[in-house]
This record gives sequence, structure tokens and C-alpha cells, in this order.
Amino acid sequence: MTYLDHNATSPLDPRVREAMFDFLGGEPGNPSSAHRAGRHARAALDEARERVAALVGVSPRQVVFTSGGTEANNLALMGLAALETAGRLALSPVEHPSVIEPARALAGHGWGLDWLPVDADGRVDVAAWTPAPGTRIVSAMWANNETGVVQPVSAIAAKAREAGAWVHSDAVQAAGKLPVDFASAGVDLLTLSAHKINGPQGVGALILGPAVDLDPVLRGGGQERGLRSGTENLAGIVGFGAAARLALEELDARATSARALIDRLRAALATLDGVTLFAADAERLPNTLQFAIEGIDGEALLLALDRDGLAVSSGSACHTGTGEPSHVLAAMGVPEATARGAIRVSVGRGNVAADIDALVASLRHQVAALRRLVATA
Amino acid sequence: MPRHRPIYLDYAATTPVDPRVAEKMAGCLTADGVFGNPASRSHALGWEAERAVEKARQQVADLLGAEPREIVFTSGATESDNLALLGAAHAACGRGRHVVTASTEHKAVLDSCRQLEREGWEVTYLAPDRNGLLDPDAVAAELRDETALVSIMHVNNETGVIQDIAAIGARVRAHGALFHVDAAQSAGRLAIDLRLLPVDLMAFSAHKLYGPKGVGALYVRDHPAVRLEPLLHGGGQERGLRPGTLATHQVVGMGEAFRLAGGVLAEEAERLRALRDRLWEGLHELGGVRLNGDPVRRVPNILSVRIDGVQGEALIMALRDVALSSGAACASASREPSHVLRALGLGEAEVDSSLRFSLGRFTTSGEIDAVLELAARTVPRLRSLARGPHGTDSAGGGPSAQKAAG
Repeated sequence: MTYLDHNATSPLDPRVREAMFDFLGGEPGNPSSAHRAGRHARAALDEARERVAALVGVSPRQVVFTSGGTEANNLALMGLAALETAGRLALSPVEHPSVIEPARALAGHGWGLDWLPVDADGRVDVAAWTPAPGTRIVSAMWANNETGVVQPVSAIAAKAREAGAWVHSDAVQAAGKLPVDFASAGVDLLTLSAHKINGPQGVGALILGPAVDLDPVLRGGGQERGLRSGTENLAGIVGFGAAARLALEELDARATSARALIDRLRAALATLDGVTLFAADAERLPNTLQFAIEGIDGEALLLALDRDGLAVSSGSACHTGTGEPSHVLAAMGVPEATARGAIRVSVGRGNVAADIDALVASLRHQVAALRRLVATA
Repeated sequence: MPRHRPIYLDYAATTPVDPRVAEKMAGCLTADGVFGNPASRSHALGWEAERAVEKARQQVADLLGAEPREIVFTSGATESDNLALLGAAHAACGRGRHVVTASTEHKAVLDSCRQLEREGWEVTYLAPDRNGLLDPDAVAAELRDETALVSIMHVNNETGVIQDIAAIGARVRAHGALFHVDAAQSAGRLAIDLRLLPVDLMAFSAHKLYGPKGVGALYVRDHPAVRLEPLLHGGGQERGLRPGTLATHQVVGMGEAFRLAGGVLAEEAERLRALRDRLWEGLHELGGVRLNGDPVRRVPNILSVRIDGVQGEALIMALRDVALSSGAACASASREPSHVLRALGLGEAEVDSSLRFSLGRFTTSGEIDAVLELAARTVPRLRSLARGPHGTDSAGGGPSAQKAAG
């Protein structure tokens, strides 16, 4: 199976796996226990915290470990809102469901919801945005999971702060693919996920600026300075730390290799008929390219590609199977018929040029077959 | 003789991962393993991950007499307790805003109740008797027309005392309120059959049962269906009750841990009961050692004692080669005196002199002997230190401890 769906989840780096194994089968220890096994667990936790902090240039005490990006996004929005009197919350319409849904939940509890204006690439148009009076929270992702488009986070943050709002950015897709510096972006909260950077599933983090106070979502036990109770997922956190260290060390090499693969794909797609590239000329993640092929149903094509041993997706893992067209492409003004044909290729660890060539060969073959089917129907 | 690894007697805080569980998890983590996103519906790797998750759901359900669709995977028992209490409370309509729980519950339940109080709910905290037991009729007496939810743990994490959840649940159900049970300490140690138990919600943890940390489950009864508001929003996983990418290896580890527990439950309980009783008899011979909690209604693997004239923390420090605790792991970081032991009516000195030994799958009789030998040397030394140079007995004592029955 050729895996080209790294934005959905990325395979575990064997070096990360090694680091985790010591904490899977080894000595037990609850990091909250005072005895030696507990202290050993605590030391491993502290080291992982330093490594995750280093990935985004913050101090270890700014890191709150969670069960993943979804929980971190929920904690950011619900945690901020619980300590504020209801006001207005602004977010981009291309956010991940784990930002949009908690925002909608808050809208049901008296919060006003505003959408940041975006251009045809799904990029926030900062100049066209005037924060509504009473805006208390602004959330804009660092890079989009479907199109890979990178948002002008620091410009959004500057304007939001001027308006007196807290700024959150979901950097789940950006971390490990682009340099992500918390301080220079000017944000107050930032979400990270381990399994998008070749770390394990089930662990993430919320990075907090020094002035941020939050109400927890999970209570009881007081772990993570009371901001996130529950016995720490030790092996997962250790894996996250190892993945963060490698992502930082290998950032440039990974980006260069991903960009070469995506360039190769783009060149090949130019030789196919009826291909629409989404956000083709916007600043994008080096590993992501989303496109549609005229007259071809995306779901049918994905299943055909799967039979050829190619794992790709339409965009978001959370959306596939529901039959709903992408809300990201809708926000960009892409017609629904085109959006239904969307294919997202996201490359990563282990991918080589031959994988792209195999995808292109399969596309050529399957698109022709699907077109013949449509023509005879 | 110094040991390379401490004797681990803190299984109630966390258990080592069973090597067979670790192996299953490792199988998911290798490059040719099941690493897909179970929500990826467009390729075989996603489907394979989904199948692995569904198999684990069946394994967890099988240990509990539940249906797989009644199992919602979470990040652990803390999240399960939060989801049960806040989720059921927020979804409760029609009934009032009153919850009944006990003062000996885990912090995950108590702090969720505190949050409900902040939201305007009223909470009744029942005190147990001196043995840590709740009288089911005393629970029933607190039920009001506006009681929406009752939350009582199955087995206490500090004393090992077992509550009669069948009798309590019958009364709660007759009243028409929901019944939540924190079963983090009991699953796999006591037989649980949710087909027979009048329980609506039940919280589980993997790492208390030789599975990985960072994964748990909430049982949500289907018939009659329990309505819950999710705590987390977005993504729609776990039927919308718990969004977020499921960690396949974690869930697979929990499934295997629960499967293994089902196979050895009775045999393990017998073995640990014998070891625990031997530990108790040995400690009892030191004199001035008393049992905390009910001598009969308790799980086989937990022994909570107080040792007259000895500070529990001092003994933990002195027994360097033994990993044990004075109570809940969450409290030992904060050094708060145990709210559980205080609720049993113990004074401050009695709480301070308390220790929890919790045994498990890899505890050997040799380890119990070694601990008893260490205790026999250390306890008299600590007692004479505590008495000071003038030999005045400051902490009471005398070999008048109660004898454990059963």
C-alpha cells in the first residue's frame, strides 16, 4: 500500500517507536506517585515537555498535554470562554471541525459567532476584516488540512490583539512541516498533535502564552497544573517528545523532499485533462496538494485508487463517508460539483518519487475507465 | 541486598503493561502495522484501523456483559467520569438539578460535582460508615424528585472497599434517576455483568488493568438509552459522544488487556487474596497495625493499613526498594491528607500513619516476604525514633489491632 494520506495520520517514526517501547513494556510508574518508579516517569514526562516546547520555541511550562488536537482545540475555546463573560468569537470558515464545533456549542450559550473573510484560496483577508465590537476570542489555523494553505497568522493575531481578543491557532498541520514560532506569531494559544508529525495517536498539546488563564474541560486529579486532569499517557507523551525533537532537527530536509514530490505530482497533473488545482498559487504546506478532475466523482476515484494500492483521501478524514462536500472548498467558493471530485494528496515520511509516479499512472488509468463508464451510462 | 528494580506494590496507582498487551500494541506501531486513521474511509489502511478498533470494543464489552455499541472510548477514566457526570447532567431535561454522590469518590467524580455546583446544581455528598461502606437505603433516603443522577464508585482506590452497586442501583432506578459507577478499580478484578446490574453509565481505565495509560472507556446503556451531551466537539467519532482521532494502538491495548483479564479473573483473585492475607498477617504481627476499610467487602488486591507510631510517608521513604503509596497517586503529588480516610472518621494522626499496599499480576510471594522482612526491621526503628530520646510514646499504639476476617 502506498500511503499518501499523511495529513490524516502519519506513520510512526521507528525512532519514536523505540523511545516509546521503554514505557510500554517497562517499569510501571504513575508520574504522580512519589516513589522511584513514579519519579522515573516524571523525569521522562519533563524531558518530553522540553522537546515539544522546543518545537515551537516556548518554555516547557507553557505546554499542556492533552489526548490530541481535538481536545486541545476544545480546551482552548471552551477554556477561554468559561472565564469570560460571553462576547463574540471570530474564526475562519476553513477551520477544522474541532474548532468549528466547540465554537458552535459556545454560540448556543450566548456567544456571538463571526467568520473571518477569506479569499478564493481560503486565505484570511486580513485587510477586509474589522473585528466586531466585543470580540474576545479569535481562532485561525496555521495551515489548512485539506488545501495546505498557510494563513497570515501573525497579521490576524496583531489585529485581534489590538481589538483586545485572545488569539488561538490550530497548528496541527503546520508543525513539523513549516517553522512554527509561538512568540513571533503573536498568538496566545496554539494546538499541536503528535500523530501528524510521525508521533503516536492519542496525544497532543495546547501551548499557552504566559498571560493566559483557562478553565479546564477535564477535572479531578490536578495533573498538568490543574488544566488537564487524568493520569498522563506516558508512552504517548514520550513518543510525542521524540517526534517533536526529530521534526525540529529534520524540518528543512523533510520540507525539501516533500516539496520535490509535490512539484513532481503537479507537473504530471498538468498533462492530464480537466484537472483543477485548489489554491494552486497560494502559500501552501510543502507536502499537500488538493485537486479535482472534471466529471469524476471523488469517492469513486478514491475507491479505484485504493484497489490500485494507493491510500489518498478527499480532504478530511472526519468528513469522508458522510457524503458532505468539504466546508473548506465551499468557503473558497468552489462549486459543489467540483468539490465532490476533490482528491487530497499529502506526502510524508517514506514517500519516494516512484510513489508519485504510481499515483499518476493509476490516476491516468482509473480516470479513463471512469470516463468510459460515464460515457456508456 | 540492593535490588535493581523496586518491589512494585502500587498497582492501584497504575499497573505495568502486560507483555502480551505491549506486543499487540507494538503490532499497531510498526511500519507494516495498523497505523491508519480509523476515520479514514477512503483506503484500506483506514478500514483496517477501524476493524482493529471494533475488535477491541467487542473485547472490552465482553468482559462487562455489555454490547459493543455501548462502549465509548475516551482518554481514560478521568475523562469517562467527567463525560458521565457533566454529559448526563447537561442532557438531563425534565428532572431537576440534584446529584447524589459519596465523599469517598475519586477526584474525577468529586471535581466534576464541584463543577456542577458552580453551574447551579445541588450535590449531596454521602459519608460512608467507619468501614467505608454506604448503606443502600441511606442512598435511597437522599433521592429527591429533582435528583437526576447518582454516582457511586464500585471499588475505592484507597481502601479497596466494595460498594453494593446492585442494591444501590436498584433503588436509584426505582426512583427514575440515572446511576453512574466509577469502575476503574474493579473492572477485571470483580466480575461485572452489565446485563444484570442496574447501572446506566460506568467508567473504565486501561492502565489499572495492565493496559496502556491514556485510554479508557465509558459504558453508556442502550436500553433504556442514556442521553449524554459530549464534552468535546468536532469530528463526530464515537457516535459524536467523543470526537478526536482514536489512538488505534491504545484502544487495541485496552481490548487485549480486558480480554486477558477475563481469562484469569477468578484465579488471579484467589492468588492475590492469599498474598494479601499473608501480607496482612505479617504486618499484624508487628503489633499496632490496623486495617482501614471493611475487612470482608473489599477487593483481593488492596490492603490499606495504619501503623501506630509511624508516619506513612516516613515508612515509604525508609522502604526505598518498595514502591507503594499512602493513598491516591493524584494526592501524593499535592501531599493533601486523604479525603477518603478522613471520610471513614480517621483522625489526622491515623491518616498520617496509613499506607496502601496494592498487589497485582506480577506480585510474587517472595516479594511479599521481602517486604515483610523490611517492615519488621524498619517499623520498630521508626517507632523508636518517633518516641524520641525520652521514650515517651507520642502516637499511641499497642498491639490491639483488629483482625481481618475472610
